Amino acid sequence: MTSLLERRRRRVDELAEASGRSLTADAFQRLRRNPVAIVGAVLVGLFVLVSILAPWLAPHDAATAFPELQRTLRPDSIPGAQPGFPLGSDQNGRDFFSRMILASRQTLLVGVLATLIGLVFGVLIGALAGAFGGWVDTVLMRVTDVLLSIPSLLLAISIAALAAKPSQTTVIIAVALVSVPVFARLLRGSMLAQRESDHVLAATSLGVRRRAIVLRHMLPNAMGPVIVQATLTLATSILDAAALSFLGLGDGDPARAEWGLMLANAQSYLDVRAALAFWPAIAIILVALGFTLLGEALREALDPKGRR
Amino acid sequence: MNEETNGAAPALLEVEDLAVHFPITRGVFRGRTVGHVYAVDGVSLTVRRGETYGLVGESGCGKSTLGRAILKLTEPTRGRVRFDGEDIAGLKGEELRRRRRRFQMVFQDPMSSLDPRQSVESLLSEGLEAHGLSKGPEADRHRLRELVDAVGLPKGALRRYPHEFSGGQRQRIGIARALCVEPDLIVADEPVSALDVSVQAQVLNLLSRLQRELGLTYLVIAHDLAVVRHVSDRVGVMYLGGIVEEAPSAALYADPQHPYTRALLSAVPLPDPEAEDRRERILLAGDLPSPAAPPRGCRFHTRCPWKQAERCDTERPELRGLEGAAPGHRVACHWAEEIRDGRIRPHHVDADMVDSASGAAANLAVGAPEHASSVQEILGR
Repeated sequence: MTSLLERRRRRVDELAEASGRSLTADAFQRLRRNPVAIVGAVLVGLFVLVSILAPWLAPHDAATAFPELQRTLRPDSIPGAQPGFPLGSDQNGRDFFSRMILASRQTLLVGVLATLIGLVFGVLIGALAGAFGGWVDTVLMRVTDVLLSIPSLLLAISIAALAAKPSQTTVIIAVALVSVPVFARLLRGSMLAQRESDHVLAATSLGVRRRAIVLRHMLPNAMGPVIVQATLTLATSILDAAALSFLGLGDGDPARAEWGLMLANAQSYLDVRAALAFWPAIAIILVALGFTLLGEALREALDPKGRR
Repeated sequence: MNEETNGAAPALLEVEDLAVHFPITRGVFRGRTVGHVYAVDGVSLTVRRGETYGLVGESGCGKSTLGRAILKLTEPTRGRVRFDGEDIAGLKGEELRRRRRRFQMVFQDPMSSLDPRQSVESLLSEGLEAHGLSKGPEADRHRLRELVDAVGLPKGALRRYPHEFSGGQRQRIGIARALCVEPDLIVADEPVSALDVSVQAQVLNLLSRLQRELGLTYLVIAHDLAVVRHVSDRVGVMYLGGIVEEAPSAALYADPQHPYTRALLSAVPLPDPEAEDRRERILLAGDLPSPAAPPRGCRFHTRCPWKQAERCDTERPELRGLEGAAPGHRVACHWAEEIRDGRIRPHHVDADMVDSASGAAANLAVGAPEHASSVQEILGR
C-alpha cells in the first residue's frame, strides 16, 4: 500500500520536474502521426538514400558504352533488359539502370543547392525588409516585385541563357534566383505581422535590445511558412532544373547522367523505346511528389490554429 | 492595496498635457493626412510613489493608448511624462531602453504577449540580460526560481512553454517578467479582463501582495469598475481621450460628481434588491462619439442629461477641485456645483439629436466607433 502511494508521489514529482515541450517538438509529434507526411518522408528518404549510395548501388559506370549492348543497338531497335543490365541499354549503348541511379545525385545536388541559395538570400532580404521597414522595405520589395512579375520558368531560362557556357552551376544559379523573391516576400510578410504582435511589444517594453528582438522573437516566429515553402521549393527546383536541362540550357555533355537531360535525349527514341523517357519522368515526378507531400504535411503541423 | 496613502508621498510619475493623435491617411503612395484620431487628448495625472492609480473608461476611450504613451510604446504627439523627476517623453534609442528597467508593463492578453517559442526561463532571463542584471547562470536560475515561486507558479514552470499554462498562470508569467528587472512602476493594462472571474481575484490579490512586499507603484487600466475600485487608491475616469473626474477611490464611488461618472456608477447593479429598486438610474443616450471627430467643448455634452445651453458645447472644461468635496477630488464639468446642489435637473436626451450632431463629423470618421455598445460592457459587472 505504502509502496503504491510512494510510487504515485514519485510520479507526480517526475511530472512536475519534467521539462516542457516546445512548439517545434509539438509540430514534429503531429508530423509523425500524419500519413501524408510518412508517404512524403518515405519517398524523399528513398531518393536521398539512393543518391548517397549511388556509386555502390549502380552496377556500372554511367559514361561507358558496353560492347554487348552496342552489338544489338540499331537506330530502330534499342536492346531491353538482359543479364547484368536490368533496364537495358540507352541510345548510346550505356547501362540505363546505372545512369538512372547515378542521375539522382545530380538532381539532389541541384535541388538542394538551388533551394539553399534561394533560401539564404531570400531570408536575408525578407528579414532586412521586415525588420527595418521604411525605405529599406520599399526598395527591396519593389525589386522582388519585379522579379515576381516574370513567370518563374521564363526567368530561369533567361538567366540560364545569359551564361556564356551553359553548365550545372548556371542551372543552379538560375533556379535559385527564381526562388529568392518568393522567400523574401513570404518572410517579410510574416515579419511584419510579428512586428505588430503583442509579444514583440512586450519585449520592447521589457527593454530588450532591438537586435535581440529581431533575431530571437521575430525571426523564429516568422520562419514557419518559409520552412514549408523551402520544402515545396525543393520540388519546384528539381522540376525547373530538369526543365532547363530538357530545353538544352544545362550542361549538354551527353556522357553526364541527369534525369532532365535523359528525358530530352529520349524524345527522339519515343517510338523505338519509350522506357527511356518513362523512367526519368517517373523519377522526377515521384521525387517532386515526395517533397510536396512533406511540405504540405509540414504546413499542417506548423499551423498555429488547432493549438492553444 | 486600499491602504491610506498620505498626500506627502512624492510623485513618481507626472503626466502633463499628454496627447496621442493618430493620423488618418488616404491614398496609395504618400498618404495624405485627412484627419486625426484623437485617442488621447490632453491628459494630466500624477501617480505617487507606492500608490495604485486606477484608470477607468469605456472601450475606445483611449485608456490603453494613454498607458502605452506613458511607457513610450506609442509616440506621444505632445505633452510631457516625468518619471522620478526626469522627462522620458523625449528619450530615444539606447537611453530609453536602459530607462525601461524602471517602468514595466503587464499586458491584457497573457497568451499573445508571451513569445510561444520561448520557455518561461528564457522569457524571464531576457530581462536580466537586457539590463545587465545577470549574475551568472547558477545565480540567475536561483533568482528566477524564487520569482516563479513568488508569483505562485508551480515548481518546474521555468522549463515549460507558455502554451502549457492556463490563462491565470500565463498572467502570472507576465507579472513575473515585469518584476524580474525590479521596476518601480508597473502599468497594468486590463490585467484581468481576459481571465475567468474566479481567477481575477487571485491575480488581483497577487498584485496587491507584491505591492506590499516590494513597494511597487501601479497604474491599473481597466474597464471594470469593480476591479478598479478593489485595487485603486485613486481613480481617474476617462471619456473620449480625456480625464473627466479624478478622486480618491472611496470618494469617487461614494460621491461621484461628473455626469458621466454618475451615469456609470448608477448602472452598476446593487446586490440588495430593495436598494436596486429604489436607486435612480441614469441612462445615456446614443453611442460614444468617434474619437476622430470629438464633439466641440465638453466631450460629453452630446450625451449629457445635464447639458446647459451655455459653455458646454463651446468651452472644454478643465479638471478642478470642488468646494466641500474630498481633497484631491477633481471634476471636469462647468456645472458641477449646480448639479451637486440640485440646482440643475437632468433632462431627456434625444439619441437622434446626438446622431445628427455628430453626423457632420461622420464623413471624416474612419467608421463607427469600435464598440458601439461599449457602455454595456461596463454595465456587465
